[in-house]
Amino acid sequence: MARKVTARRVWVSTAAAWLFGFLIFLPILWMVLTSFKTELDAFAMPPKFLLFHWTTENYATVQERSDYVHHALNSIIVAGGSTLIAMIIAIPAAWSMAFAPTKRTKDVLLWMLSTKMMPSVGVLVPIYLIFRDFGMLDTRAGLVMILCLGNLPIVIWMLFTYFKEIPRDILEAARMDGATIGRELIYVLTPMAVPGLASTLLLNFILAWNEAFWTLNLSTLDAAPLTVFIASYSSPEGLFWAKLSAASTLAIAPIIVLGWFTQRQLVRGLTFGAVK
Amino acid sequence: MKHVLSALLGAATLLGAAPSIAQTTLTIATVNNGDMIRMQGLTNEFTAKNPDISVKWVTLEENVLRQRVTTDIATKGGQFDVLTIGTYEVPIWAKKNWLIPLDNLGADYDTADLLPKIRDAVSVSGKLYAAPFYGESSMMMYRTDLFLKAGLTMPEKPTWDFVIDAAKKLTDKSAGVYGICLRGKAGWGENMAFLTAMSNSFGARWFDEKWQPQFDKPEWKKTLSTYVDLMKAAGPPGASSNGFNENLALFNSGKCGMWIDATVAASFVTNPKDSTVADKVGFALAPNAGLGKNANWLWAWNLAIPAGSKKTAAAEKFIAWATSKDYTQLVAKKEGWANVPPGTRTSLYQNPEYLKVAPFAKLTLASIDAADPNKPTVQPVPYVGVQYAAIPEFQGIGTSVGQQFSAALSGSSTVDAALAAAQSSTEREMKRAGYIK
Repeated sequence: MARKVTARRVWVSTAAAWLFGFLIFLPILWMVLTSFKTELDAFAMPPKFLLFHWTTENYATVQERSDYVHHALNSIIVAGGSTLIAMIIAIPAAWSMAFAPTKRTKDVLLWMLSTKMMPSVGVLVPIYLIFRDFGMLDTRAGLVMILCLGNLPIVIWMLFTYFKEIPRDILEAARMDGATIGRELIYVLTPMAVPGLASTLLLNFILAWNEAFWTLNLSTLDAAPLTVFIASYSSPEGLFWAKLSAASTLAIAPIIVLGWFTQRQLVRGLTFGAVK
Repeated sequence: MKHVLSALLGAATLLGAAPSIAQTTLTIATVNNGDMIRMQGLTNEFTAKNPDISVKWVTLEENVLRQRVTTDIATKGGQFDVLTIGTYEVPIWAKKNWLIPLDNLGADYDTADLLPKIRDAVSVSGKLYAAPFYGESSMMMYRTDLFLKAGLTMPEKPTWDFVIDAAKKLTDKSAGVYGICLRGKAGWGENMAFLTAMSNSFGARWFDEKWQPQFDKPEWKKTLSTYVDLMKAAGPPGASSNGFNENLALFNSGKCGMWIDATVAASFVTNPKDSTVADKVGFALAPNAGLGKNANWLWAWNLAIPAGSKKTAAAEKFIAWATSKDYTQLVAKKEGWANVPPGTRTSLYQNPEYLKVAPFAKLTLASIDAADPNKPTVQPVPYVGVQYAAIPEFQGIGTSVGQQFSAALSGSSTVDAALAAAQSSTEREMKRAGYIK
């Protein structure tokens, strides 16, 4: 017998959900508000929420000092390029591990994950030397490669998990009908795994967009993405919080817009297989 | 058609024959602070005089920049032609031959005009390896209105005893006013910059002449217990997380009676655009304990050329321009005397126009003069540096000790335990690095 849900209970849980959502969103809201404050209002105690002198001066300063479009374009190319290449490599790899496993498959998966356990700074000097010798310092191609390799284990793991949820019988039926492995991948597996593929793609894109270690260390100007743009507004000696907030708002704006329009796919992908 | 082709050919020939200027592009790595951003804004003045040179800027947060340029210079990556580095790096990098000595800054550069303490800090064996862009020390900033209300008068050279007494009298926790704000955030350039300078005034030192760590000596115990007791009695809550910016925000919003920090803060706390107490700030030298040393440091941001650069001549031209007396005049003309980079040239402190708009100028100069990188404390030391020891290992050691001292301030450790941990970790690192057996 279904349990009766009272109106009061619905109201309380809705309010709690909104409150929780607001708390999660608060830092971003605060950053956006700070970007419209003067530097004096930015650190005012008690903090000023809405009643302050609104100004777009910080955005004007940021535009004047930095080439935002250049950095944003680099971010799109580097995050997009590394994500696409990672997907192209990861889909067949995850397929083989999910549907044609060997006795070493688990070890390979664990080994791949273990590469993420070492702090990046541990391999900074060798990677820097390789980049220097191959002329890849401050190039988009270099950043695409390093971010692709860095995120590949996560992409393969995510896709492997999604593929495991797909019944093997369907693929076997396709094979009985004469489908080759390529056709099976493109016409049977991929359409069934669209939510998983979409969420993997989006999460990988967000990870690459926010990556700040390699992008800061391996790019200077020409390939510098938005992480370098933000780093130029942080200062341990001087209160430039309003300007830093304006730069940060500009840096996250594209990814927030992307997340907003693709939230359905993201949620579907993340809950894929959670309820059978 | 034939005529058109001839005309095009002629035009192409003319274009080919036209004198072209070979462009040299300098990539300059710098930190994000007001003076450096101002210099970026004035770059056109330099390129107008030097049409064969163009300039590209890479501006990064101080710690990011330090890691970035260290990686590049150590691996000879050649990504930068001019670096902004601190007085800590200059002697270490010069000895490793990572920097090119600045021998050709031009006849009218006037090296003798550089403040002697700053010039010494960026020279090795008498050779200039970096040109100071702006210099700073640390000093006492205090609220004149709160002092008046409490019936106190700040001496020009306050002692620690006076500061402790005044801090307690100024504290009004119910009104959210704390007697003193000091750095507490862990890091070799954060709390340890202040605490090392403070320890100098109490006669402590990092190492004896044989590189033996000295945290087990009474001078360090006196330093740390004075600091912890003072902050517990009269400091703001959560002080172990406060660095320069946090204290600047507290002071500017009227929450601190006194603040001892970088002289560069003077222009922020007296600027009505940044500060709510701009017209109520007084200045004094950093405190002393009667041993002949004040608790103030010495630092400068400098421009240097990495050994990997292939554009040395153009880089030297730029450095000579950016650190010259003419540049000071240019900033004064474009943005006013209050905005010129301070702390590098004697002539600036003799300029009546500058002295008129910078009430803190004399104390800045006195603070810089009072710091001696070659004799930072009462007893002799084997290292150079006032608030640091200019050895490559210091960043790691300083941060580790800073974490222990920050824990003592937050109450998660005691003064004795923090000093014992600092002694053992520093001994271990110095043994590993081969300074002691």
